[in-house]
Amino acid sequence: MSVIAFAKNWNGKFKNSTFELVSYTKALANQLNTNMVVLSIGEVAEEELKLLGNYGADKVLTVSNPQLNTLTSRAYADIVAKAANSVGAEVIVLSDNNSGKAIAPRVSVKLKAGHVAAVQELPLSLDPFVVKKSVFSGKAFGHIQIKSDKKILTIAKNCFGLVANPCDVAIEEFAVDIDTNLFKVKIIQEEEQKDKVILSDADIVVSAGRGMRSPENWGPVEELAEVLGAATACSRPVSDEGWRGHEEHVGQTGKVIAPNLYIAAGISGAIQHVAGISRSKCIVAINTDPEAPIFSVADYGIVGDVMDVLPRLTEAFRNSKS
Amino acid sequence: MKILVCISNVPDTTTKVKFKEGDSLFDDSGVQWIINPWDELALTRAMELKEDAGNSVNEICVIHVGGASADATLRKALAIGADKAVRIDACPADAYHVAGQIAEYLKENPFDIIFSGIESSDYNGSSVGAMIAEFMDYPGISSVTSVNLDDDDIQVNRAIPGGKQVLKTETPFVAVVQKGIAKEPRIPSMRGIMMARKKPLEVKPAVELEVLTESIKFELPPAKGACKMIDSESAEQLVELLRNEAKVL
Repeated sequence: MSVIAFAKNWNGKFKNSTFELVSYTKALANQLNTNMVVLSIGEVAEEELKLLGNYGADKVLTVSNPQLNTLTSRAYADIVAKAANSVGAEVIVLSDNNSGKAIAPRVSVKLKAGHVAAVQELPLSLDPFVVKKSVFSGKAFGHIQIKSDKKILTIAKNCFGLVANPCDVAIEEFAVDIDTNLFKVKIIQEEEQKDKVILSDADIVVSAGRGMRSPENWGPVEELAEVLGAATACSRPVSDEGWRGHEEHVGQTGKVIAPNLYIAAGISGAIQHVAGISRSKCIVAINTDPEAPIFSVADYGIVGDVMDVLPRLTEAFRNSKS
Repeated sequence: MKILVCISNVPDTTTKVKFKEGDSLFDDSGVQWIINPWDELALTRAMELKEDAGNSVNEICVIHVGGASADATLRKALAIGADKAVRIDACPADAYHVAGQIAEYLKENPFDIIFSGIESSDYNGSSVGAMIAEFMDYPGISSVTSVNLDDDDIQVNRAIPGGKQVLKTETPFVAVVQKGIAKEPRIPSMRGIMMARKKPLEVKPAVELEVLTESIKFELPPAKGACKMIDSESAEQLVELLRNEAKVL
C-alpha cells in the first residue's frame, strides 16, 4: 500500500500549489502509516524534481517524454492509473486545478476509485474514509465517505499550506507504453500572457465591480494590483457587460478563489459573488454604501468612493514598501 | 451532426443553503430549481451552432439523471430550443453513477458532441463530463470557452492559466464547458414554451451501477466576525492592520 500524488508542471516548473499537494499527501501518508510516491509527467529538469523533496517526497517517478509536455487528459490519466497500480496506491491525490479536474475523473473510472473534488483538509476519518469538500459553490461543506478500496482526491488550493520536510529524493524514470491513439486532440495555437499575475495562482487579488461605473475607470484597480503584485478580478456584471474578460470573473459561475488577501472595490457582495471568495484568508471591502452585504463577509471595510480610496491605498502600500 | 447536452437540476444561485435531518440532507423546501448555469450556457451554444445554417447540426438532445421533479427543468430546456429531452429515472448518487448512466444511454444512442458543464452548482463534483469521456473512451476537452464548427471541422478553445489554447478534435468528443462558451443564457420565448409541451420527454430506466461515494453530513461555514471599519482617509491604518494584524502582506 502507498499513496501517490500527481505533480503537474507548467513549462517544466512546479508551482506553490504543487508543493502544497506534496505536503498534503505526505501528511496523508503519515496518517495511513505508509509511504508516498510523487509522479511527474512531461520533461522536468532534475533540479526542479528535487525541489519536491523539500516537502517530504523521497521517491519521484518521472515520465520525461516530450510528447507529454502539454496536458492530454486521456494520456495523463492512463499514466496516472498505471503508476498508481504499479506502486499499489490506495489513495491518489491531485491538485483541484484545470488539469486535476480533467484527469482525476478519468482515473476514477479506470480504477473504479471513488473520487471527491475540492477536498478542504486531511480526511476526517480513515475507517470509514471520510473527507470534507466544499459544496453549493462555497456556501457549505459536505462530509463524503469514499466506499471503494481505491480513492482519488483533488485538493483545494490553500487548504493545507506548505510544510517543509526536507528529504533525499530518489528519482526514477517510470517506463510506460504510451498509446498514440490517446492523442486525438491537437493543439494548433497557444497564447499565454507571461507578464500577468495569474488569478488562480495569486496570493493577493484586487477585484472591482459595477461601483467603478465605467470600464475606462479601471486604472486605479490596475495600479493597486501592480503595487501589490496582485492579480485583477471582477464581479459578474462587469464581465457580462464586457468591461473585463470572462477569465477575470470570480463568483459562483466564474472562478472560485482562495487568496490570502482579497480586495473588493465597488462590489456590493451578492450571494453568488461571496460564494466565489469566501475561502479567502482576509477580505477588504470598499463601497459607498455602508449597508452593502460585502461588509458582512469582510474583515476590514472602508466606506467611500472607490475612485478616491483606491489611489490612497496604492499610495499607502507604495510608501510602506519603501 | 447530433449534440447531447447534459443537464443538472440545481437550486437557484440565490438560494440560502439549509440542511435537515441532523444536517444529513439538503433542505429543499421553498427552493427554486434551475438548469445548472454552465449547462444552460452549453445549451445556448448548441442552439447557436444549430441555427447557423452553415453547420450540419440537426438534433439537440438534453439528458438528465434524476427523478420526476426535474421534468419542469427539462421542459424549460425544451422551451429554450432543445429538440428532445431524456431523463434517466434514478436517484443520482454521485458523479460516477450519473456519468455511468449517461454513458449507457450513449452506447445505444450515439452523439457527435457531448456538452457537459464544468460542475454543478450544488455538489461541485466537476467530474461528470470527463467521466463520460472515459466510460466511452472518447477524447475530452476540459475548460472549454468556445466551440466552433466549419463543416465537420471542429475548433475548440481551452482556457489555460493566463491564456488559451486553440484545439482541433475529431468526433465524437466531450466538451466540458465553462463561462464564455455562450455570451448569455437564452430565455425561453412564449412560442418556445408552447412548442415545448409537444416535444418528446423520454423517461428511461436506470442501469445497476456501483455507488462509490456517499454524502453523510453537511456543515455551514463558521460565521464571520464583525468587519473592522476604517476611515476612508486612513489608508495607512489599513496597510498597518493587514501587515501586523491579519499578516497577509
